[in-house]
Amino acid sequence: MGKYIGKSVYRVEDDRFVTGKGKYTDDIVLPGMVYVAFVRSPYAHARILSIDTSQARAAEGVVGVFTGEDECGQYGVPCGWQVNFKNGETMREPKQPLLAVGKVRFVGEPVAVVVAESMAQARDAAELVQVDYEELPAVVDPKAAMEPGAPLVHDEFPDNAAFDWCLGNDRAEVEAALANAHHVTELRYRQNRLAPNAIEPRSYIADYNAVEDKWTLYTATQNPHLIRLLLCAFTLGIPEHKVHVVSYDVGGGFGSKIFHYREEALVTWLSKQVGRPVKWTADRSEAFLMDCHGRDHVVHARMGFDAEGKIVAVLADEYCNMGAYLSTFAPAIPTYLHGTLFQGLYTTPLIHVNVIAPFTHTTPVDALRGAGRPEATYLLERLIETGAREMGMDPVEIRKKNFIPPFDGVETPGYQTQVALQYDSGNYEGALNKLLSIVDYEEFRAQQEAARKEGRYLGIGFSTYIEACGIAPSAVVGALGARAGLYEVGHVRVQPTGKVSVYTGSHSHGQGHETTFAQIVADMLGISIDDVEVVHGDTEKVAFGMGTYGSRSLAVGGSAIVKSVEKILEKGARIAAHKLECAVEDLEYSEGKWTVKGTDRSVSFGEVALTAYVPHVYPQGEEPGLDFSSFYDPVNFTYPFGAHAAIVEVDVETGKVQILRYVAVDDVGNVINPMIVDGQVHGGVVHGIGQALLEEVVYDSDGQLLTGSYMDYTMPRADDVPFIETDRTTTPCPHNPLGVKGVGEAGTIASPAAIVNAVVDALWPLGVRDIQMPLTPLRVWQAIQKASNGGSQV
Amino acid sequence: MIPATFEYKRAQTVEEAIQWLGQYGDEAKVLAGGHSLIPSMKLRLSRPAVLIDIGRIEALRGIREEGDVLAIGANTTHAVIASSPLVEAHANVLSQSAGSIGDVQVRNVGTIGGSLAHADPAADYPAAILASEAVIVVQGPQGKREVRAEDFFVGMFTTALEEQEIIVEVRVPKGSNGVYLKFKQPASRFALVGVAAVKRGGGVNVGITGASDTPYRAKAVEQAYPQEGVEAAKYAAEGVEMLEDHFATAEYRAHLARVLTRRALEAL
Repeated sequence: MGKYIGKSVYRVEDDRFVTGKGKYTDDIVLPGMVYVAFVRSPYAHARILSIDTSQARAAEGVVGVFTGEDECGQYGVPCGWQVNFKNGETMREPKQPLLAVGKVRFVGEPVAVVVAESMAQARDAAELVQVDYEELPAVVDPKAAMEPGAPLVHDEFPDNAAFDWCLGNDRAEVEAALANAHHVTELRYRQNRLAPNAIEPRSYIADYNAVEDKWTLYTATQNPHLIRLLLCAFTLGIPEHKVHVVSYDVGGGFGSKIFHYREEALVTWLSKQVGRPVKWTADRSEAFLMDCHGRDHVVHARMGFDAEGKIVAVLADEYCNMGAYLSTFAPAIPTYLHGTLFQGLYTTPLIHVNVIAPFTHTTPVDALRGAGRPEATYLLERLIETGAREMGMDPVEIRKKNFIPPFDGVETPGYQTQVALQYDSGNYEGALNKLLSIVDYEEFRAQQEAARKEGRYLGIGFSTYIEACGIAPSAVVGALGARAGLYEVGHVRVQPTGKVSVYTGSHSHGQGHETTFAQIVADMLGISIDDVEVVHGDTEKVAFGMGTYGSRSLAVGGSAIVKSVEKILEKGARIAAHKLECAVEDLEYSEGKWTVKGTDRSVSFGEVALTAYVPHVYPQGEEPGLDFSSFYDPVNFTYPFGAHAAIVEVDVETGKVQILRYVAVDDVGNVINPMIVDGQVHGGVVHGIGQALLEEVVYDSDGQLLTGSYMDYTMPRADDVPFIETDRTTTPCPHNPLGVKGVGEAGTIASPAAIVNAVVDALWPLGVRDIQMPLTPLRVWQAIQKASNGGSQV
Repeated sequence: MIPATFEYKRAQTVEEAIQWLGQYGDEAKVLAGGHSLIPSMKLRLSRPAVLIDIGRIEALRGIREEGDVLAIGANTTHAVIASSPLVEAHANVLSQSAGSIGDVQVRNVGTIGGSLAHADPAADYPAAILASEAVIVVQGPQGKREVRAEDFFVGMFTTALEEQEIIVEVRVPKGSNGVYLKFKQPASRFALVGVAAVKRGGGVNVGITGASDTPYRAKAVEQAYPQEGVEAAKYAAEGVEMLEDHFATAEYRAHLARVLTRRALEAL
């Protein structure tokens, strides 16, 4: 198309990042700024009997101490998605107060807040707040929370279910198909609970200006406009035009910075109370306690096959932990971003998924990279490979028997699933075939056989995945319970000198928007990428936006920008035609100029831009200026897919797993910047390695967090990660102007199943059939011990 | 991540540090490299009123050859020990354990004296210190005394150090080349189990860290080794109560101790 799209253009933002010049919220210091420290609950469940703040108030440097008894106690943080019970009953939605009132419901819940001149003084004074608690029994496991007599998280509800929901075909029909199936594979496991671990902790500064009666909120968020909307319209009830939200560089989120948090609302409220700018930055301990966790499903899943290995039915019953309160998107994650993916890549005729979402005395659970889709992929891909091995079939062959045949969404229609979605385009066997050619599958099986004879255990595992991203059509998500639209805004302003400013409602927290979007605009306009700037993360610069998550920035945000550039080219053509004294139809645009077809008469983009702002010789009735904004609401989700393979070796004596090779073939539609796409796949796969082998949030039975630091919570490190081989197939998205699908989550969605399948493949001869994630050396060793032919002993 | 308020005092000599320790008693903590103490202070798990910094006492730094012994100053960093040609030549089991501590930044600042005094049950040094039969030289108001490695580790975060005593030197016998094998706790990368083996005479010394609340010499292995060879590894956990946490059950730790001991003996 041009000189930038499809090229690995170096990221324009990296200069500032790698030289330490990025500007993060915590870097901001305002005159007169005061600091906040929280008093947090040490109990998972307790009644607050009394709070004595007198000593803290008297401490040096203290500006104020507030509790849930103050005005802030009446406010609550809203939930942005409503998922009702399958019997029609409304979702149970407890109030999430800014500071606990009466009761605390998870370890870390804020009980009081101290504002002081320095952070050290705030911390010291917070220790002087005396809280008298009556500890109550707690429940942390989502299934246990639904047992009779389980401690109630919210006394106003009869049990702990936020909702009990189902999707798909009639359950009885699915059960019957399983009963009649040639073979049924069954797995019971837990989707391990993960902490998000963005490298930059959450950080907020609120600055109330009494002269303008207006707040500026600096926030580390993925979602500046939605935060402003929720904060103003719901949490604090202040006029939306009185809050200016600014989000400069954001150091990762993985979902955790989508949500509207109570600390954000509280600093905003406090700034007016104390009349000073108020800052709070989480420390790592607070991040573990307060940043919404992800996953945590207790799963019972079944897949039925006919004698040829064709899938006849899939049935899943899941208990999906909500934590103590409903976070912003929490109800959507295990339902409309999870159950809707149970078709996978397969022609399964009957599917049913039931999700009970209980409250527990734990940190709220919400979207985490992949959000519902890694859990769906894991379920299907573990079932199909386990089924293949149980039936003595090859895991590749069984997939090929079940794949939906290729369709492009143009010549051949989209694929209607049993679970609400319609896939846009796909060639699933194409991706797997490409993967197999890279892996050299048959050669590996020979190696594996030879290694086993030497007592070495190698294994290969596959994961052929699909995801729904580019969220999404507003009408669809609205029908599914979203309380917001999910379009995106792209505003393109051509300056009189022909330089271009692009304002996007997407907001990068590391993805490289400033590069990718500039590549598109520069190519469409035929100008240098240096003449394009991309502006994001400021509610007074960007008209509106729905933020960055769900691999939506390029598919939705990028498409909005394309729409605006198209409007600029249309208007530019009218101005050019006037200058060249010809009809618009006689013009063609390329390399930054309009040329009268078949002649050498042309006018440049820069000349047209200048004319638009200095309209001395100008088409009659045409408005001056060259500045357009578009709201783009797609007609469908996008459906990236792919095939991944992991090759592992297991030390059967110690249980240690080593990944020898990881190969990813992804189809994310058209690619604007291959380097950025590869980077996203690398990061995603590493995240998935974390889930598969390393990461797990662990609570004890009292609800105490046992993994509250990096001494106990295992993050992937360089030596856990193999060289990641990436390749692609390209099946363009038929319904957006760029033909793109999104890539931010693909690696995280695909990889856990591939890795666990590989470990099980390695250990199958020892009788190991399943291992609970994360596959720590302990768990692998225990699985080997438990397996019927026993493990090795010294 | 902000520690509680404390007073900071930098000692110029060991004697000055000992005097302050007497003066402040329980309220004081000795600071060397600070790589265990400072993190725990930042979490406010440790809140000494006074920090006595001995980290700048140059006399406590460096590695000297004294006849059959390597004398390692308490302030010597893990990085210096890991890369020392002297240690490599005469006590490479110590080089290996020093080199497996933390990461480069930790090794550049953390010290052997600090690590031993802290006595984290999952620290790397104790296995090698035990296997090499090193001697810990400590100094108090009454002067210096020598503590055998086996007597030094008393329990979890507990050593034979008396109230006003400071580690000043670690004396490692030459002839302490051997093997240190470590199975890492996945998150912290401390030793889930660490085994050091050193040949002595016709026999073997085996030190084990990480497995129990106190690092230990695997005496049953040592006794059986002359007869049973590497098979003696099966006694590595005998009579020792193993630690338990979400990364390892007692049974798994005992198993790892046996596997690592066997591998260490095979590699000797």
